[in-house]
Amino acid sequence: MLTINDLKVSVEDKDILKGLSLQVNAGEVHAIMGPNGSGKSTLSHVLAGKDGYQVTSGSITYNGSDLLDLETEQRAHQGIFLAMQYPVELPGVNNMVFLRESYNAIRKSRGEDELDSPAFIKLIREKADQVKLPGKLLKRSVNSGFSGGEKKRNEILQMALLEPSLAILDETDSGLDIDALRIVADGVNQLRSEDRAMIVVTHYQRLLDYIKPDVVHVLADGKIIKTGDFSLARELEDKGYGWLLDGEAA
Amino acid sequence: MQTGNSSIDELLDGGYEYGFVTDVVSDTLPPGLDESTIKAISAKKNEPEWLLQWRIQAYRHWLTMDEPEWAHIAKPKIDFQSISYYSAPSSMKEAPESLDDIDPEIRKTYDKLGIPIEEQMALAGIAVDAVFDSVSVATTFREKLAESGVIFTSISEAVHDHPDLVKDYLGSVVSYRDNFFACLNAAVFSDGTFVYIPKGVKCPMELSTYFRINERNTGQFERTLIIAEEESQVSYLEGCTAPMRDENQLHAAVVELVAKTDATIKYSTVQNWYPGDDQGKGGIYNFVTKRGDCRGDRSRISWTQVETGSAITWKYPSCILRGDNSVGEFYSVAVARGMQQADTGTKMIHMGKNTSSTIVSKGISAGQGQNTYRGLVRIAQAAENARNHTQCDSLLIGDKCGAHTFPYIENRNPTAKLEHEATTSKIGEDQLFYCRQRGLSEEDAVSMIVNGFCKEVFNELPMEFAVEAQKLLSVTLEGAVG
Ligand SMILES: Nc1ncnc2c1ncn2[C@@H]1O[C@H](COP(=O)(O)OP(=O)(O)OP(=O)(O)O)[C@@H](O)[C@H]1O
Ligand SMILES: [Mg+2]
Repeated sequence: MLTINDLKVSVEDKDILKGLSLQVNAGEVHAIMGPNGSGKSTLSHVLAGKDGYQVTSGSITYNGSDLLDLETEQRAHQGIFLAMQYPVELPGVNNMVFLRESYNAIRKSRGEDELDSPAFIKLIREKADQVKLPGKLLKRSVNSGFSGGEKKRNEILQMALLEPSLAILDETDSGLDIDALRIVADGVNQLRSEDRAMIVVTHYQRLLDYIKPDVVHVLADGKIIKTGDFSLARELEDKGYGWLLDGEAA
Repeated sequence: MQTGNSSIDELLDGGYEYGFVTDVVSDTLPPGLDESTIKAISAKKNEPEWLLQWRIQAYRHWLTMDEPEWAHIAKPKIDFQSISYYSAPSSMKEAPESLDDIDPEIRKTYDKLGIPIEEQMALAGIAVDAVFDSVSVATTFREKLAESGVIFTSISEAVHDHPDLVKDYLGSVVSYRDNFFACLNAAVFSDGTFVYIPKGVKCPMELSTYFRINERNTGQFERTLIIAEEESQVSYLEGCTAPMRDENQLHAAVVELVAKTDATIKYSTVQNWYPGDDQGKGGIYNFVTKRGDCRGDRSRISWTQVETGSAITWKYPSCILRGDNSVGEFYSVAVARGMQQADTGTKMIHMGKNTSSTIVSKGISAGQGQNTYRGLVRIAQAAENARNHTQCDSLLIGDKCGAHTFPYIENRNPTAKLEHEATTSKIGEDQLFYCRQRGLSEEDAVSMIVNGFCKEVFNELPMEFAVEAQKLLSVTLEGAVG
């Protein structure tokens, strides 16, 4: 589904990703762990098509075509979803309206009919219940004044609503209480299917315990320096990254 | 992929849809201003002597005044001798007998602008007065309105047909001594709309005036006068556009509203004068004095404005809350993009007891636009229990624009309750990325954020116009973030 080959990315002439390769197949859940500043959010942003990054070499192929050719919204239309590490506030934009516009924009891009308001309200209520997002947050402005955890929950709501084919979760578990962590994990697990894939960026073992990813990668200094199965996450939790980084230096 | 804010600038590059010129032969006074100019205007309109004298007095007073410089705007001094003060299509020399006799070119202009000046084509329930340069070219539904006693006519005709009303009220809210541009207007005003709603009548239609500047090098100086007698109600809307030209053109209007006991006037403006090009060349100087007088108890005047056009906007629609329990409202959306400058706000002058006022100002700055809110809330000594709520929000798109707020409060009564809230926010790349990541196009994202920001004001517009205003805003900001 997604093939990243020797990707090099810089920001304002600073090299961030330095030859990263990654293969994610449909049906798989990959976890990416790694020290602060190693380039995890950069990778997520480049996949989603955020401006401000220069791809200096390498390629990204998504469902057989060149992902870098697509605009941000086209990628969204093709099923790429990014739950952001820092969800953005949109003051004055009603959350419900935003969710509906987004949902309908994606439907429209697929040649499907837009959902009318009553049908949408019904749908969004169900989804909100599913992720235990209080109904009153739907009536407020998007993420405006939401607590850190509420913002993350709102991201999961969007993911549940949009049902993406490739979901990237950038530290969605950071700053969540135990119950909310469970909700995020449930959100991921419910979406899991043969034709979808997920990339879960996290610092914590705990989320992975619930999710049980198929593959775990360690991203350090702009490269994947180790790939393993679920047990790698345990090892990292015990030992930290030091042993890997030393290994690399040697 | 792009870096930084360059993409934000591109989205600000909206086109101006109304910039065409109508090819009509015009009867235009040569540029220049002295007493003979004023006499010429007055003569063209065949005005009574008292009005000519009033104009001359205003003109003589104007000569003693200086152009104001306190507003947060930068512009060269205006050369008042280079402007022509009167221009009318020659076909209007003999006033058309009926709407069918209007010059087809002018008719086409209004078709193109989407303004119905043929009654059968009219939007349901909206009467239009169409002002083209210095003259009113058509006023629809006059007969129908007359059935309920409503007078809806051009001010030039009102001078002849209802001289006593005009004489009583003209200049009674905005005296010609009020300010430099109001004074100039009193001296040279050419046309505008006159509305009279008799006692107890709720005006059966939405009234509107559409102002169009067409001729080169002319100024437009219109005057609108609306009188709402006791227990009457009226809702009025004005719209404005002008051709694209490299020179600046002056539009200095005066609007006077009088609301008697228990009367309500709702006055809405959708201002879309040509704003000039991206380098700041050309565009309309929109220097307007608008004031409403709540003369009777429980009277109510509400101003709603959506100001998207003009190179420079300088206007403060105000309410004098004279009657006890009278209510004044000001709802404003002002856009300054490209090189536009807007200095706008309101004055709420509380004189009666238990008077209340609401101010909601939404300023949007983009490109290198400079947007200033300037508002005064004055509570007179006798105004027991006056209340004001002011909310003043600024939205910035890009980082080369500016937002400024100057709220002035003069309170002479300790029982007053005054609240002021202000916010400044910015549409950032991150917000746009967020929206686009959720599948929205950049333009839809901007339009959604901006419309969300303006919602409280749009809610105040008559419904048909709220939709128009939303569209206009989206078009105006198209290309603002591309
Ligand atoms: N716009 C920018 N300008 C300069 N440096 C940047 C910019 N964006 C990211 N960086 C740098 O790129 C590096 C990688 O950042 P990134 O956000 O991808 O790290 P991360 O792995 O997500 O870290 P964390 O675990 O803390 O979220 C950091 O050193 C960061 O400072
Ligand atoms: Mg990060």
